[in-house]
Amino acid sequence: MTLIQRQGPFFLLCIVVLILWQLMHMWLGTSVVVAPSRAVEISFDLLRDPTVLPHAAESLKAFVLAATIAGVLGIGFGLALGARPMAREVMEPIIMSLYSLPKVTLYPIALLIFGLGISAKIAFGALHGIFPILIFSMNAVRGTSPIFLRSARAMRLSRWQTARHVLIPAALPQIFTGVRIGIALAFLGTLIGELFASQRGLGFLLIGAIQRNDIQLVSAIVLLITAFVLTLTGILLAIERRLRHVT
Amino acid sequence: MTGSVAWIRFGVIAGFVLTLEFVCRIGWVDARTMIAPSEMALSLARIMTDGEIYASLSMTVFTILAAYAISVVLGTALGLLIQRYDVLRRATAPILAAWYAIPSFAFYPLFIVLLGFGRPALVALGVKLAIVSMIAATIDGLDKERRVFSKVARVAQLGGLARIRFITLPAALPHLMTGLKLAFVYSFIGVVAGEFILSTAGLGYEIAYAYDNYDTTRMYGLILLTCVIAALINSCFRFYERRLPGGGVR
Repeated sequence: MTLIQRQGPFFLLCIVVLILWQLMHMWLGTSVVVAPSRAVEISFDLLRDPTVLPHAAESLKAFVLAATIAGVLGIGFGLALGARPMAREVMEPIIMSLYSLPKVTLYPIALLIFGLGISAKIAFGALHGIFPILIFSMNAVRGTSPIFLRSARAMRLSRWQTARHVLIPAALPQIFTGVRIGIALAFLGTLIGELFASQRGLGFLLIGAIQRNDIQLVSAIVLLITAFVLTLTGILLAIERRLRHVT
Repeated sequence: MTGSVAWIRFGVIAGFVLTLEFVCRIGWVDARTMIAPSEMALSLARIMTDGEIYASLSMTVFTILAAYAISVVLGTALGLLIQRYDVLRRATAPILAAWYAIPSFAFYPLFIVLLGFGRPALVALGVKLAIVSMIAATIDGLDKERRVFSKVARVAQLGGLARIRFITLPAALPHLMTGLKLAFVYSFIGVVAGEFILSTAGLGYEIAYAYDNYDTTRMYGLILLTCVIAALINSCFRFYERRLPGGGVR
């Protein structure tokens, strides 16, 4: 299948969305929906604006740290719980309840513990990202064929060696699905953290623009965020496809 | 086996709560940061007895239910369509994958203009968040349908809608169940988060209001209330999943 056949429909959909956007702009007027071309223009202005860059850098830094923490802790706990059926049975409902909690209600606690600043945002982003990674890792290990584990025992691999050479490679594609979702949620968590009680970051710019009803700025920031997220997800999806083909 | 697991789970939770209680009581944790669990429970009891919360709570619940109903109906229909036509699937795959990372709050101004201030815009926020998991679960469930089912449908000469009603949906039910659960969770998250950040009423707003006014005790009571609701919903879905043939798909 050529690239055009594979990606063509997606770009077609993008074009349809752009046309709908333009139609809504013409129907509702500039005060409600900014024309797509104008939004792109403002986005590029934003990228060149020296006052915006520190905000973007702050968001990026918080996001990267949050995603890293979520990944390390999520995979670690996921593997540990997945390998112990009893512990998994005990913890799974607790984890699912935590996952389904509207985490924004916990944000005040993060603020009270970490104070106003980047660490509360990082903690909040990590809190969003950790659960899908944990759940997918746990289920990936549970789904590992018992033959692999028996051969690991036959070769007298230590616990660590079993994890390193058997469990992780066997579970990798599924773990990576969790990581992909976790990264997306960590990004969302970081941004939400910036929307509430924050003085820096793209989320702070966004909530300011929402409250001032500055539709132009809102559209430009949303466009930038969406473009960033789509690019990131595209890369992660490509990696995931490759992982699934290898194994 | 199941009984002892439940006891250990209870023990883990109880141990956590008791440790927190102990740490708070001896003053290792500042009372302005975290209050003891017993005080959270007392605060929750006060909130529930003085009754002020019920107006906000019922408003939130109705908003969630509206968002949930729309997400389930629309999500299933879209899932059926996308699964049927390969072009649609390839067009939407990257968007479905990236959907959650796009902050829905950014669309709130647009929702307000289109739907007006108040509840409908919050319903839209909930739908925005919830509908994708219903779409994904429907696609997933239909993909795993066994070939023999479509042959049975052909033998029985079922028409389009009858086929969906009697073969496609029942066969996909365990997967749809996952979607039904996630859609509820995300409607809940979307509505309460929307209230927290942008609204002037509802459960989420009450928590943000308590935080803004340094009313830590009431804030923790309300957070506990949210946790209890989430845990209750989860156990309901767990209960029904267990009763499905095959114990449900997880």
